[in-house]
Amino acid sequence: MEHALKRYGPIFLLPTVVAFAIGFVIPFVEGVYLSFCQFTTVRDARFIGGGNYQRALADTQFLHSFWFTVAFAVVSILLINVIAFGLALLLTRKLKGTNVFRTVFFMPNLIGGIVLGYIWQILINCVLSLAGQPLLALNSTAGYWGLIILMCWQQIGYMMIIYIAGLQAVPDDLMEAAQIDGATPWQTLWRVKLPMVMPSITICMFLTLTNSFKLFDQNLALTAGDPGHLTEMLALNIYNTFYARAGAQWKGLGQAKAVLFCILVVAISMFQLKATRSKEVQQ
Amino acid sequence: MAKRRKAGSVILTAVLSILSLVWLYPIFMILMNSLKTERAITTSGAFRLPAAATFAGLENYVSAIVSQGFLKSLGYSLFITISSVALILVCCSMCAWYITRVKGRLSRGLYFLFVLSMVVPFQMVMFTLSQTADLLKLNTPWNICVIYLGFGAGLAVFMFCGFVRSVPVEVEEASMIDGCNPIQTFFLIVLPMLKPTLVSVGILEAMWVWNDYLLPTLVLDIKNYMTIPMLIQHFRGSFGRVEMGPMMACIMLTIIPIVIVYLLGQKYIIKGVAAGAVKG
Repeated sequence: MEHALKRYGPIFLLPTVVAFAIGFVIPFVEGVYLSFCQFTTVRDARFIGGGNYQRALADTQFLHSFWFTVAFAVVSILLINVIAFGLALLLTRKLKGTNVFRTVFFMPNLIGGIVLGYIWQILINCVLSLAGQPLLALNSTAGYWGLIILMCWQQIGYMMIIYIAGLQAVPDDLMEAAQIDGATPWQTLWRVKLPMVMPSITICMFLTLTNSFKLFDQNLALTAGDPGHLTEMLALNIYNTFYARAGAQWKGLGQAKAVLFCILVVAISMFQLKATRSKEVQQ
Repeated sequence: MAKRRKAGSVILTAVLSILSLVWLYPIFMILMNSLKTERAITTSGAFRLPAAATFAGLENYVSAIVSQGFLKSLGYSLFITISSVALILVCCSMCAWYITRVKGRLSRGLYFLFVLSMVVPFQMVMFTLSQTADLLKLNTPWNICVIYLGFGAGLAVFMFCGFVRSVPVEVEEASMIDGCNPIQTFFLIVLPMLKPTLVSVGILEAMWVWNDYLLPTLVLDIKNYMTIPMLIQHFRGSFGRVEMGPMMACIMLTIIPIVIVYLLGQKYIIKGVAAGAVKG
C-alpha cells in the first residue's frame, strides 16, 4: 500500500506543504536571516552581523518586557491551573446543574482577545474610578492585575474542560480500592487522582505557559502597554519595535528580538514538557 | 452522614451559582451599556442600569450596523473563517494520512516542522509573512485562506496524525485490494472514520481564525477590508473621540452569534477541546 500511496504523494502533500512553506517555513528562514540585517522591506536588506542582537539585549525596555512577561506568566499559570483543577474536582462530583456551570465557565474562551480586552478595560476602569484610583492608562499595578484577571477569566474554563476529561478517565475501581484501603479524601486526591491526571496537567501547563508568553491581543486591547510601556509584554514590545516608529534601525532590531523571543518560548515549553512528562505514570 | 453530605452539596451548588453569575457579569455589563445613550456612558457609571432618561433603545445597534460597516466586517469574517477551516480540514487530513502511512525521512522531517510551528510565536514571522503575502498577492479576504492553511497546518496535522495512528491499516489495505486508488481510499474509507477528529480540529481552528486580530491586520489592506476584531480595534484607534455606544453595540453583536453557535454546538465544542488535549 505504501508503494501505491507514494505515487500519489504530490496530491496528498503538495497543497499543505506549499501553503506551509508560504505561511511558515519561508518567513521563518527569512526572519532568521533578516535579524542579522538592516532593512525596511525584505528587498533592501543589508547584512550587518550581530549588531541587532547586541542592541536588543541592551534595550532596557525589552528587558523590562521580559521580566513583566515572566511575572505575569508565573502568577497566571498558577492561578489558572489551581482554580481550573478545583472547579473540575467540584464539577465531577455529580452536583445538580453541573452542565450549566460548565457551559458558563467555558464561554469566555470563545470570545476573541481584542473584545475581551475592551470589556475588561471598561469594567476595571469603572471599579478604579469608583475606588478613587488612577485609571488603567496611568496605573501599571492595576494593568498587571487586570491582565491576570482577564487571562484567568478567559482560560480557566478551557483548562477546566481538560481537567474534567482527565478526572473522568480515572478508573472507578482505583477509587474504590483507595476507599477500601481507608484513604481519606485528601489522600485520595494527592496519591490517586493527581498522579492519574498528570497527562492533563502536562497539557494544561503547556497551553497556559505558551498562551501567557505569547499574549498579544489582550495586552494591546486592555492596556496597550500604558502607562509609559510599563505593562508592555514581549509580543507587544516586538510589535511596537517593528511598527510604532519609522526608520531603518528598528525593523532589524525587532526581528532580532523576535528571534530571541522565539528561542525563549521554544526552550521553555520543551523544558516544561520534559519536566511534567517525567512525572506521568503508566496506566 | 448522608444529611451532612446533602447540605454540603447544596452549599456548593449555591457557591457555584454565584460564581457563574460573576462569570457572566462582564457580558451583562456590556449589554446594559449598549442600551444607553452616548452621554450616559461614563467611566464610573458602567455598572448602572439604563434608566428611562438614559435608555437609547436599539439606536446604538442601528448605528453600528448602518454607519460603522458591521455587516461588511461580519461578511468578511464569516467568509475567511469558513474558507480557511474548510481548506485546513481537507488538505491537512490528506497530508496527515500520507505522513503517517508512508514512513521515511520526508515524513519525519515534515512532522517535526509542523510540531515546531505550533510553538513558534507569531511575532517571529509576522513581518516576513506579511511581505510574502503582499508579494504573492495573497492579501485579500478571498485568498488569505492559503496563509491560514499554512499557519494552521501545525495543529491540524498534529491532531490528525494522532488519530490516523489509531486507525487499523488493514481496512485501508482491504479497500486497495478491492481496487480503490489511494484517493478513493482516503475519501471513501479514511475520511468518514476521521469524522470526530474533523469536528475537533474544525472547532479549534475556527475559534482561532474567527478571533485572530494580528494576522489579518498585517496582511489585509485595512482601508478596504476589516474583519470583526479589526473593526473593534479600529473603533479605538482612529475615530478621534471614541463613540462608546456603537462600540458596545458592536461588541454585543460580535458576542451574540458566538454564544448562539456555542449553545447549539456545545456538546461538540467541549468534546472537541477535550479530545484536542488528549491527543496533544
